[in-house]
Amino acid sequence: MARRGYEDVVLTVPVTVPYQRYSVESTAWWAGRALAALAAGAGMSHRDFDGFSFASFSAAPDSAIGLTQHFGLSPRFLDFVPLGGVAGVVSLRRAARAVQMGDADVVACVAAETNGVHTFRYGLENFSRFSQDAVYPYGAGGPNVSFALICQNYMAQTGATREDFGKLCVAMRDNALKNPNALMKKPLTLAQYLDARAIAPPIHLFDCVMPCAGAEAFLVMREETAKAQGLPYAHLLGSIERHNAFAEDPVQMRGGWAKDMPELYAMAGTTPAGIDVVNTYDDYPFVCMMQFEDLGFCKKGEASDFVQAHDFTIAGDFPHNTCGGQLSAGQAGCGGGHMGIVEVLRQVTGQAGPTQVSGAKRGLASGFGMINFDRGLGSGAVILGGEGA
Amino acid sequence: MAPLQPPRRKDPLKRTPLPLLPPGQRSRAAHHLTAAAAEGRFALPRCAACGTFHFPVREACPDCLSARIEMVEAPEGATVLSQTTAEVPADNYFRERAPWRVGLVKMDAGPTALVHLHPEGIAGSRVRLVLMLDRAEQAVLYAGPEQKGADPMTDPQWREMTADPLHRRVLITDARSFAAPALVKALVEAGAREVRLGLPEAWKPFAAGKLTALPGVSVVPLDLGSERSVADHARDYGGKTEIVINTADHMRPGGALGGSITATRDAMEAVVFGPMRLAQALAPAMIGRGADGPTGAAAWVNLLSVHALAPSPALAGWSAAQAAALAWSHSLRADLAQGGVKLLNLFCGPTDSDWFQTWPQPRVGGSAVATAAVSGLKRGLEEMFVGDVAKDIQARLAANPKAVEREMRQG
Repeated sequence: MARRGYEDVVLTVPVTVPYQRYSVESTAWWAGRALAALAAGAGMSHRDFDGFSFASFSAAPDSAIGLTQHFGLSPRFLDFVPLGGVAGVVSLRRAARAVQMGDADVVACVAAETNGVHTFRYGLENFSRFSQDAVYPYGAGGPNVSFALICQNYMAQTGATREDFGKLCVAMRDNALKNPNALMKKPLTLAQYLDARAIAPPIHLFDCVMPCAGAEAFLVMREETAKAQGLPYAHLLGSIERHNAFAEDPVQMRGGWAKDMPELYAMAGTTPAGIDVVNTYDDYPFVCMMQFEDLGFCKKGEASDFVQAHDFTIAGDFPHNTCGGQLSAGQAGCGGGHMGIVEVLRQVTGQAGPTQVSGAKRGLASGFGMINFDRGLGSGAVILGGEGA
Repeated sequence: MAPLQPPRRKDPLKRTPLPLLPPGQRSRAAHHLTAAAAEGRFALPRCAACGTFHFPVREACPDCLSARIEMVEAPEGATVLSQTTAEVPADNYFRERAPWRVGLVKMDAGPTALVHLHPEGIAGSRVRLVLMLDRAEQAVLYAGPEQKGADPMTDPQWREMTADPLHRRVLITDARSFAAPALVKALVEAGAREVRLGLPEAWKPFAAGKLTALPGVSVVPLDLGSERSVADHARDYGGKTEIVINTADHMRPGGALGGSITATRDAMEAVVFGPMRLAQALAPAMIGRGADGPTGAAAWVNLLSVHALAPSPALAGWSAAQAAALAWSHSLRADLAQGGVKLLNLFCGPTDSDWFQTWPQPRVGGSAVATAAVSGLKRGLEEMFVGDVAKDIQARLAANPKAVEREMRQG
């Protein structure tokens, strides 16, 4: 059955609460700042948000419902999506259908995360059962070792090199230097990338994101509401989501995008060539390359050539992770999955300021998350369309 | 990798590192692997309905959703898919021991798993999997060289999970035990640096014979029944004991009604209170030295009877004392675990000790005990059944404990 489009559903009010490496504030504080920014940006009271979709790893003992009372919300649509890098796509898809069907009028999609000195470690220790039983006891707590194993195989199978990874990282750092909210403030050269210390080869220092505190948020509403409020907006043109795809692959070589990619473009009425700006999920640059392949920008196994043939900076021929990505802006936990959506929303509505890609009308943001055992389980992507800059 | 060298003299100015342990939390279902690892079996979860192996341990089969998951002996072979070396692990235990090699393997049984990987394992190479108990005494997979009998002892990651006697100092608590001579020989052959034989009631005659001529072997007075003797020993050797082999015993036949209460009390004194006294004096130092280099404190071994698990009505009082010793050993294991020090129980059938003289063969000789002890230490096991009678009772207990209880009446 052909999927129904999202029709008059739109995204508005891209919000990033500026990241901090460490924060003494709680997750609820960060969520509160995001909600306040959404309300201010939309010119309405937060009490007018009748939908609330919340993503976080660090909200315990609260989930979304406790936060309704905390923030004085009274939503008729409530969602909690602690799904890491795929939380943004999942949250948006559910919110969009709720708005389209009239179950809610304005849904606030918020990802908020704090980061105390020990938050990351606690998160590792309690991440998932498979991780507790079969990953953490191997010294592989945290994603570095698990992704090193996937990356080593990806390089062996495709011929991708550290130079390819480095080129992407250097471009992201260039982009980040234009984003005042990015945590990384120093330029990065390819030589610095290549000389960095090994973490778990082939993963080296600049392949790893920096965990931080922060929040990302946007509103989902009907076009008429956005117009009435005078808000720049973007349509949700297409979306895909898939979990635990290709379980038969012994080592992960592709994500669920590879299964659903035709549907994504068909729904949006476009092709990879019709995308003006791309934000992939970049916990490790080889994962970006996997997405270039699985999202149709090049063939499987040819991302190395693709990377060498393109310029990934804001002014380049393939503007990629224009805010600097998680690698250079920081990874605010679940916020990493919302970051790409928020940045693409800014881009296609002409609100990206110093990171604006000129003429960007159609953008793609993808998410990837939850390395539960030996592979990332969740994958998703959305295409947003707007009036551009 | 180079073979392990004998430890150098300790720098007295340096602090002995406190033992850290690898992450020890597991789901309840994951302890099916612990049970296999404790006995040195390689078993994996398999769906009883559709026969598919899967990993990690699940609550339902991912192929058919049956909840009937059984642990089944599985092929040990695997092929390495990918490998890395964790240079900067997040966890402190691994951080101290980095670089640490891990790999992703495709098991011959089907599933993929993350493993501790031996130094030569790379993508494409064949490995043999072993379920080991790590320092947290939880089951983990170690992928070693494929050829059977290949000695992984040069791999420090393997050594972390075992209690090999090589270059370690061992105390055998009762020199008069039937198993003591064979244990001494086996430990010396395994490269133990010192083997100390504790001699109770030193005023009684004792023929050490050729034993003390072996390198590093000595006989020292040690009465586990005496507070003072144990304290003296702990003062002299507390920080110099890496392995204890508790051979204390006091078997006297007798039924529940006809048996001697005094003999039962003596048995309790010998197999429970004596070792308890020794452990309270010696074990804290061992726990503290659990991470004292590659030859730090490693294990406590109890020579027990299989009648600790299946009492014999003809040996009522002694079986009860053995059961008490077993129960207490589990609590001792929990305490030793704080230092990553292992506890191995050897469950023997009737032995060659004098008090089993009239019992039918097969009986367990000293060399069988010694072989089991050294092998169990080298593999880091927790439970071994020594001799055919013990193995027979183990199998019958697994099938139907009530049948064992009835059948024990016939001896």
